Amino acid sequence: MDMLYYPGCTLKTSAKNLETSAMAIAEKLGYRLVEMEEWNCCGVVASLTSDDLMHHLAPLRNLIHIEDQKQDKVVVLCDMCYNTLKQTDIRVKESQSDLDTLNDFMDKENDYNNTVNIMHFLEFLRDEVGFATLKKKVKKPLKGLKVMPYYGCMLLRPREVAIDDAEDPKIFSDLIKALGAEVVNNPFNIECCGSYRTIDQKELTSRRAKNISSFALEHDADVIMLSCPLCKYNLDVRGKEAESMYDGYRQLPTLYFTQLIALALGLDAESLGLDLNAVDPNPILKKKGVID
Amino acid sequence: MSTESENDCEHPETSKEIKLAGKLVDEVLELCDENVFGCYQCGTCASGCPFVEEMDLTPDEVIRHIILDKKEVLNSKTIWLCSTCFICAERCPRDINITVLMEALRQIVLRLSIDETEITCLSEEEKKNIPQMAFVSLFRKNIG
Ligand code: SF4
Ligand code: SF4
Repeated sequence: MDMLYYPGCTLKTSAKNLETSAMAIAEKLGYRLVEMEEWNCCGVVASLTSDDLMHHLAPLRNLIHIEDQKQDKVVVLCDMCYNTLKQTDIRVKESQSDLDTLNDFMDKENDYNNTVNIMHFLEFLRDEVGFATLKKKVKKPLKGLKVMPYYGCMLLRPREVAIDDAEDPKIFSDLIKALGAEVVNNPFNIECCGSYRTIDQKELTSRRAKNISSFALEHDADVIMLSCPLCKYNLDVRGKEAESMYDGYRQLPTLYFTQLIALALGLDAESLGLDLNAVDPNPILKKKGVID
Repeated sequence: MSTESENDCEHPETSKEIKLAGKLVDEVLELCDENVFGCYQCGTCASGCPFVEEMDLTPDEVIRHIILDKKEVLNSKTIWLCSTCFICAERCPRDINITVLMEALRQIVLRLSIDETEITCLSEEEKKNIPQMAFVSLFRKNIG
């Protein structure tokens, strides 16, 4: 079955392994992620002031092009794209006058008619495929692998866009269990990773990575599972840099949820971009028998 | 704790004097529809904020500054440290969206043509590897 898919800029450059692993697992589950035509950058962060409509143009143009393709549903892999598209969608659903202004401004485009359902790929796996079905397709259960789920911000906040309970999400833990691995819960798993501060405040971001990961390290987690390319960069690269700032600190490897699903479905580890990490996950995956 | 190190980019404008003609609260409420006067200073926003240790004003103090017309809040590090994570907004028992208020304060500064960040600190490798989403976000939040 074909599913329309919005990639966003980062998946085409620094997070190619998120895209390829997602495509591979979708195929294994009987779906095909079909990249939408004529997409542009989502704008990345939602504009929050009431008078700023300009920054809703980029996300809205994407939604228009989804309607142009006669589709009413789109799957998104990047957390920030998901959040931004969804916030714009909510704003124009709640305000007809804002929608009219934006539609009028983009006079070369068709009008947006509020028909698109934006779904994160995680929601798609939980609600359309079903974790029970996914579990049945697991070929190589990740037995003995201790996984800390890390949500970050964009899947859960603001509340209106949350794919799960904003304070006590379960979607990653349920997924980890479906894959046969063990969950290491962490009270810091919905806290911000430092986000774009990674550019202008590197040490601060390293501290965030350490604060988030330390608890998991102390509770013997093997790897961190996450979904956002920016969280991944910050926990992985800035977390690695934290090792030289804090005595005895060791950064845990990070993996996209799609990579762990792919390994459990028995897909070839070579094709999953596991080497695109500052902290190499291969040794622990080998030790735990997840890869050969 | 210091928020800057030699490793970090420059923050050239935080010390610049910012002059506003009107009252701060009026300028803020031009940009958003939050009931700042409803804040009862419980500190929930501050206790959950992941950056509070690095801030010079806690989020609840920021609200107080807006109400009391203390314009020096526009020179605070806090408004630029805020990463728009929405934890405070999610938890405020008075349903005040502090995340949006932080954005309004940043916008007041940025709309005076004052940029906050100069990208002076990245290695070639970082320019290549840091996800684009980080660059676009930072430019959107810190540069007018
Ligand atoms: S959580 Fe809300 S009510 Fe409490 S101090 Fe912060 S803004 Fe005020
Ligand atoms: S949105 Fe900003 S002020 Fe609020 S908790 Fe997050 S970083 Fe702190």
